[in-house]
Order: sequence, then structure tokens, then C-alpha cells
Amino acid sequence: MTIEREAVHRQLGMTDTEYQSVIDILGREPRDAELAMYSVMWSEHCSYKSSRAHLGRFPTEAPWVVVGPGENAGVVDIGDGWLAAIRIESHNHPSFVEPYQGAATGVGGILRDVFTMGARPIGLWNQIRFGPLDQPRNRYLFKGVVAGIAGYGNAVGVPTVGGEVEFDPTYDANPLVNVMCLGILHRDQLVLGTAGEPGSLAILLGRATGRDGIGGASVLASASFEDESQDKRPSVQVGDPFEEKKLIEACLELYERGLVVGVQDLGAAGLSCAVSEPAGRAGVGMDVDLNAVHTREAEMTPPELLMSESQERMMAFVAPDKVEEVIAVADRWEIDSAVVGKVKQGSTLTVQHNGTTVAEIPAASLADDAPVYDRPAIRPSWLDDVRRRPEPEVDDPSRALLDLLGDPGIGSSAWVHTQYDHMLFLNTVIGPGSDASLLRVKGTNKGLAVSTDGNGRLCYLDPRIGGERLVYEAALNVAVTGARPLAVVDNLNFGSPESPEVMWQFRETIEGISRACESLGVPVVGGNVSFYNATDEVDIHPTPVVGLLGLADPMPESPPRLRRAEPGMEVWEVGPTASGSLAGSALQRVLGMDPGGIPAAPQPEMATRVIELAVALAHDVPVLHDVSDGGLAVALAEICIASSLGARIDQDVDLFSEDPHRFIAVFETGAIPLPDDLARRVGMIAGDEIILGPDVTPIPVAEAADVWHNAIPRALGL
Amino acid sequence: MRTAVVVFPGTNCEHDVVHALESLGGEADLVWHRESNLTDFDGAVLPGGFAHGDYLRTGAIARFSPVMTEISRMAAEGAPVLGICNGFQILCEAGLLAGAFIANRDLSFICSYVELEVTDAATVLTRGLEVGSRLRIPLNSYEGSWVDPTRSGRIALRYVDDPNGSQDQAAAVANMEGNVAGIMPHPERAVDELLGSTDGNLVLESFLESLVAA
Repeated sequence: MTIEREAVHRQLGMTDTEYQSVIDILGREPRDAELAMYSVMWSEHCSYKSSRAHLGRFPTEAPWVVVGPGENAGVVDIGDGWLAAIRIESHNHPSFVEPYQGAATGVGGILRDVFTMGARPIGLWNQIRFGPLDQPRNRYLFKGVVAGIAGYGNAVGVPTVGGEVEFDPTYDANPLVNVMCLGILHRDQLVLGTAGEPGSLAILLGRATGRDGIGGASVLASASFEDESQDKRPSVQVGDPFEEKKLIEACLELYERGLVVGVQDLGAAGLSCAVSEPAGRAGVGMDVDLNAVHTREAEMTPPELLMSESQERMMAFVAPDKVEEVIAVADRWEIDSAVVGKVKQGSTLTVQHNGTTVAEIPAASLADDAPVYDRPAIRPSWLDDVRRRPEPEVDDPSRALLDLLGDPGIGSSAWVHTQYDHMLFLNTVIGPGSDASLLRVKGTNKGLAVSTDGNGRLCYLDPRIGGERLVYEAALNVAVTGARPLAVVDNLNFGSPESPEVMWQFRETIEGISRACESLGVPVVGGNVSFYNATDEVDIHPTPVVGLLGLADPMPESPPRLRRAEPGMEVWEVGPTASGSLAGSALQRVLGMDPGGIPAAPQPEMATRVIELAVALAHDVPVLHDVSDGGLAVALAEICIASSLGARIDQDVDLFSEDPHRFIAVFETGAIPLPDDLARRVGMIAGDEIILGPDVTPIPVAEAADVWHNAIPRALGL
Repeated sequence: MRTAVVVFPGTNCEHDVVHALESLGGEADLVWHRESNLTDFDGAVLPGGFAHGDYLRTGAIARFSPVMTEISRMAAEGAPVLGICNGFQILCEAGLLAGAFIANRDLSFICSYVELEVTDAATVLTRGLEVGSRLRIPLNSYEGSWVDPTRSGRIALRYVDDPNGSQDQAAAVANMEGNVAGIMPHPERAVDELLGSTDGNLVLESFLESLVAA
């Protein structure tokens, strides 16, 4: 190993041991282009090398799973010949370096993952987390990310129908930007990322390749930030939603006409991934000619061509007699295309440039032989101290409620979601700012409900219970729209995997998510891991985000809505009685306290009962609302604000606890019989004030509404 | 009576417009922007979206598409031509409607229901509606603020509350003959009670009736 070469592999983010593995595979030292390919494909972002050993814990099977984890997106059967494709991904690091483009290309990438499967993307969700808005830099990041999601999502023509926004000091120097996409397709249009038979041709479709995003996966997404992070700006890709829109339409036409045998998008690791993974999956080799790649910069070197993460590109694998038709479709949609490779017998990936071989490697080795690390995991020594920290005490419930409603993470998200087209395609029955989004499937009686949930403070106090509760909360969120949980995707945002304490949090979270999924009988069909969410060696709170897809079949004719409360209706709390715990609650955060205490454990059997009850009630009850951030008080206030009516609580209830498996039902007296052991009447809809108890100061609904509506604009100084 | 629904690269509301017109009994076909013969059609809709990525300026590139020659011919012959959102912007760029568009007053994209008031009932959009009646229809645009220094457009619908700084709070504008109209909000998004409003049907029915009358 020469000293010069050692420097190169380290610069590309590879360890000495990993470099030695490459030598062992090849039986020689790698050429420049080969080293480039291994470095990106074996990066943490692409190879899941620190997480793979643990991801096998997830339950992934169910009769309705068509494609599980490992492909570009998970696919489930929703009946009547329809399939749904779903995928979630993070774009945390690029969004910190350049918020607009980081978020925009996150949207572009997640769309490609879904339409690669043959699906038309019908909805986007985003889960974004920042430090508090009193810091100018956090305001800049928040506005930039929202503008990037809007700029790309609106122009590409896929509605952004939901998501969540949270502000917490833990994300001060490391915002989280997760994006999720749902698509639907007819069963016979499913396409996989396979290179097909020898003789198939690889056609690169879409935007010309440039030097943007070189090493995005290895350099940016797989290391934490220090002071020089601004220098990494050239590693952030730049998106072009117009190119992506044309690419979507062209690809959907290719699928509809049965012109491709397989498709792979070019995301992280670019061309390296798009030729090696499909070849590896199909057990074939491939000849690739880099001179055929259409470029928009002159004199690009083989490593640059192989590592570039230029956006809006797809690789289609096509039988020889279909090539002309594929190119004609690309021409019609006004996108570029080029035959860049040919599938061959064997397992060798051979890459040529200017007539010389620049890479000759076993295709599958890039994906299959990536290192797997079972990194040490140790329960954090500080955890017991944290769990002994005090929980908040509430002297003035009305004051506490107003503080919560005015918090930008709890108040109205309208400032965010009115910047997103959330109505395109005429499917949005329930849109952003609700427990779950509900999209109808035109031509059927079905609805698809999606909820995304994360809670770093809860997971910080107990990652296993936190992981479990996220799944139960998301499941209840879709249930109150009338949908049963069908599949889960997860985005695991964690600190450095080289910290044993982070690895313990990671393992515990996976255990929690897995247990809840097993209890509900819901498979995990895909996910994403984002490590190294740390700046200056401070790890973020463990922040798994669960995206849960539910199926309402049939969809309620008139699904419950918060605005449907009417004077005189009764307010019921359904679910187990709260324990009173405020550990990790929104109230604790809003009061400026560090997260502390021991969160309540979930009750799996209760969870199933409550979810089933909610699904049944959704067909008859005008208002159902999950109790989560800010507890019963916030849930009730949201109903009052949406309905422009007051409410009075006349029973002794826990106002702010976020204990799981609870929802509010509002309906006419006697209209709906509820099981005694599971439901309690707590008050009624009346007047124009929110009255939280007998001796509590009333809050005019107009005041609560003003505080809630303006939470984000006020925090932004607008 | 057939309506051409024109698709430019980057258009994204074409399927919604076809869905809405067909749900009202209309006959609508997608037409690619390179088409140069629309003689089989009785009217045309230019749907919303981001034609040519809205690059350069909204509608600035789309107006040069081959199909626009035919759209101009239909407009001159008195056939109903309706531009929705980006389609409205294209009709302005093509000189078929008065005025031009600038960014919303608050410089942010607005996707939200707005209330509209009928101000002129003699256009392809408002035939059969009563002046003063109100409609609730979603708005979805960034460059949604209409300006017309010549003051030559006929304002068919105005915003009840000004969302974007549009001149005279104009939400829909027609030519002097009334057969060419542009509307910034999306009537095709308000055709189903389940999704929040059916007021868009009134506007689209007016368009379909105009096909028969023309």
C-alpha cells in the first residue's frame, strides 16, 4: 500500500481495513475508478454497514407484502388489483449545508425511489426538525427547507399532503429533514431494479451528468459536522423539478407499454449504484462505456462520472428489440437518453473510458461484500440521572394550554402547508395539519391513510418504549380516519454509530418498533438509517420517524373531522386512563425543562382494542382526534378552534399527559354506545370558551385560535 | 362537443381537468403541445402546472409551442378557450388576454381555499351565474398577482379578500368578446363535496355550455 494511495482512500471516507478488503476481492490494488465505486457503495449511507446487523430484527412479512425492504420502495397489496409503494428517506446533512437544495433534492430522490417501482407518486410527506426559532440560523434553515420542499414538490406536480414540524434544542446544529412518498400502481405494472438477461441494454435517461454531488453519500451523509461544513457545499446536489416531471411521465409511459425489464434510479452513489445493484440482483455482468454518458461538463474523469450524484436520472434495462421505442418515448417527453451499457454473462462489471478499461470488478461485490459492523452497544451511563429528573407541575392549566398552543411545533402548521400544493390529483380527503392524511383511491371505495410520527425526547428517555409508542400512535392516527394499519416504513435518525451509547439507543429503538409492529401484525416494508447526526461531538436525541400506511376499505362516506363538533355534543375520552406521567411531554419542553422522567409503557392488547374501536367509530362519529402532543387539553382545544365552539370539561381528567392509546370522540348524547371500561364522558361542547375544569380560568376560543394560528408566524417575527 | 386539454412539458393539472369535465358529462382529450391541428375540437382548456418549468418567466416559453397557433385561431373564431392558473399565465403571455403576472404580494406560494365573487356574467366562465354570487374554490400559485396597466381586461371573478395583491382583486379575466378567459384559482379542484367544495362545477358547467352556444 503506497502512502499516496492510502491518502486517497481515506479522503474518500474509507478505513484501512475496508481498503484491504477491496484488495482481497480484486486480488490487486484498485484502480482510481474502482476505488471511487467502492468508496461510495461502501459508505454508511449506501451500505448500512453499521446498521445492517440490527435491521434484520424488523418483522417484514405479511400476506399483503409484495416487495419488502431492499428494493427501491416497499410495495403492498391494497386489493382490487391495486398496489401501494412507499418509501422514506432522510436528507439531513445536505439540508444543513444548503437548506433549499438539500430539501428539494430530498423530495426528488424519494419520488424516484417510488416511480422506479412502476408507481405514480400520489403524495409526499415531510418530517422536519430544527432548533428553536429564536435563533436566526434556525429560522434561515426552517424557511429554506420549507421553500425547497415547496419549490420542488409543487413544480414536479406531486402534492405534499402531510408531515410534521418540530423544534427542539437538540436539532440546533443538526436539523432533520425526512421525506416520504406514496405511490399507487396496477399490479401488472410493478417494475424491479433488475438488469435482466444478458443482451439487455442499459439506457441512461434524464438529465445530463455533471460534477454536482460528487461524494454526497460518502463525504456528506456519512460524517458529522465540524466547523468546515460550509466547505462541503460542492457535495450538495442541485435539483431541477421540471426535468423530474418529464422523467416521471416518460417512465410511466415506458412501464405502461411494457418496454423495460428493470429500472434503477440514480441517487446516492450515482452511476456506480445504478449499474452494480441491478446486475448484482440479476446475477449478471455488464459492460459500461463512460463515453456514452451524456454530460454537461467537459473532461469529466471516470471517478467523477461514476460518483456524480446529478439529479433526475434513471437507468432503464431494455431488451434489444425495444431500444428504439424507449428512445422514441424519451424524445417525445423531451428528455435525453443514451445507451451506456450492455448486460453480459458472468458477474463482472467492466467499465470503459476512452477505449481503456477503468474498472473490472465483481458487480455484486459493491453491494453484497460491503463491510458489516456489529458495533459495541452500551446503555448510557447518564440515563438513570436523566430519568430521575423532575416532571413539570401545572399550577395554571389555562396558561399551560396557551403556552402549548403558541408553540410552533404544536400550533397550526398552515404557514408551512399552505406553501405546498396539497390538493393536486383530487385525492386529498383529509390534508395536512391532521392526525393522518387520507387520500381516496379513485375508482374504488378505498382510502389510504398515512401518519408520520417522531418523538426524540421520548426516545431519549427510553428508546425502546419510544419506538413502540411511535408505532402505536401512528396506528391510532390512521385509525381515527377509518383505516387499519397496513405497513410501516421508518427513518432512523441517530448520532454517531461509533458511540456505543448511540448504538444502544439504536438497537433498543429497533426492538421497540419491532415489538409494536409484531403486536399489531404490521410489517416493516422499508426504511432508511441516518447516522452521524451530531455536531461537535454532541449527538442528537435518538429520533426514529415512523411512517405508517393504513387502508380504509371502505373509506367512511363522511370521515371524522375536527370541525364537525356542534353545540351540546358530548366529549368522551376513549382508551386507558392516563398515568399522569409528563415524562418527555411537550409541556416539559414548552416550559423550558430538559427531558426527564420515566415514560409510560405501552399496552399492546389495549392498543389493538382501541385501534379497532376507532376504525369502527370513524364511520359514525363526527369528530375523532388522537391524544398526543400536549395531551387531552391540546386535542380538545384543536377541536374547539376548528369548530369555532367552546367546550367544558366537567370531570377530573389528566389534561397534559401524552400516555398512549387515547383519543377523543365527540357526538350527540346517546348516539354512540361505547364500552364502559374503555370510555369516559369528560365534558361537552358549549359556549365560546374552553373551560378545562371547575376552578380553571376560561379561555375564549377566539384567543386560543389566535395563539394557535399565529404560532409559527410569531416565532418567525412575521 | 370536444374539448382539447393542452399538455405542455411540466403541466400537471391535466388529468384533474379531464376528470372534472368528464364528471360533468363533457368530452375531453389530452393534446400534446407540439400538436398543430385542433380542428376536431370545439374548445380548449390550458390547465395548471409549470409549463417548461416556469423557467424564464411563467408562460414565456409555452407561448411559442406549436399548439398556441391553433389556440389563437380558436380564440379568434370565437371558440371557448379557458386558461387555469398556469394556463391563464400562458394566455396572457400569448396576448390572448390582457395583463401579466407577478409574484404574490407576500412572496410565498399560496395553496388555500379562497372566496370569489362574480363580477361579470357574460364570459365563457360565468355564463348563467349571477353577478354578486359567491364561489369557494382553491387557489394554488406563486406568480398569482395579475397586473394590467392597460385596464383592458374584463374581470369575471374577483377575490372577496385579497390574497395576493392582484389588481382590482381580479381572480378571473376575459377578453372583450368573453370567449377567452383565464382563472387563477382551480375550479377543477372544487367538484366533489368529499374534497371540500363543488363550486368549481358552476364555472366548468358554464364553459361546457359555452361550447354548445359557440
